[in-house]
Amino acid sequence: MSERCFVKCVVKPGTSLELSERQCVAKCMDRYMESWNVVSRAYANRIQTYSSDS
Amino acid sequence: MEQQISSIPGYDTDKELQQFVEIEQQKARFHAQVHKFTEMCWDKCIDKPGNRLEAKEEACLTQCVERFLDSTHFIVNRLDEIRKQQ
Repeated sequence: MSERCFVKCVVKPGTSLELSERQCVAKCMDRYMESWNVVSRAYANRIQTYSSDS
Repeated sequence: MEQQISSIPGYDTDKELQQFVEIEQQKARFHAQVHKFTEMCWDKCIDKPGNRLEAKEEACLTQCVERFLDSTHFIVNRLDEIRKQQ
């Protein structure tokens, strides 16, 4: 998450972490954790359908 | 300690422990996969993180996981076919 959000939010690293960059990182963290849940659900559903099919 | 408890007749601690470890390992594997998928699908689906996860992005993440598994399945099957032809 740290790597991903750094890539998205700190395009040109300056002398300090700007307020806008910090806000972006915070937003990015929230979206990343949401994404984690979406992926987890999709994978769990898939495992469930797969194991009930066979 | 473990040896002592499991040596009591009719006591299935060994089996229970084995089951417990197996389930925990499964959970860890699931977790590791989700971690990998999130990294991969995040790069594919999320352009600029907004104030909320868009429906489009959510659909992309779900499809990303499903199509990745389809691809893996396809590749495994195809490799198997190629191997059989030889």
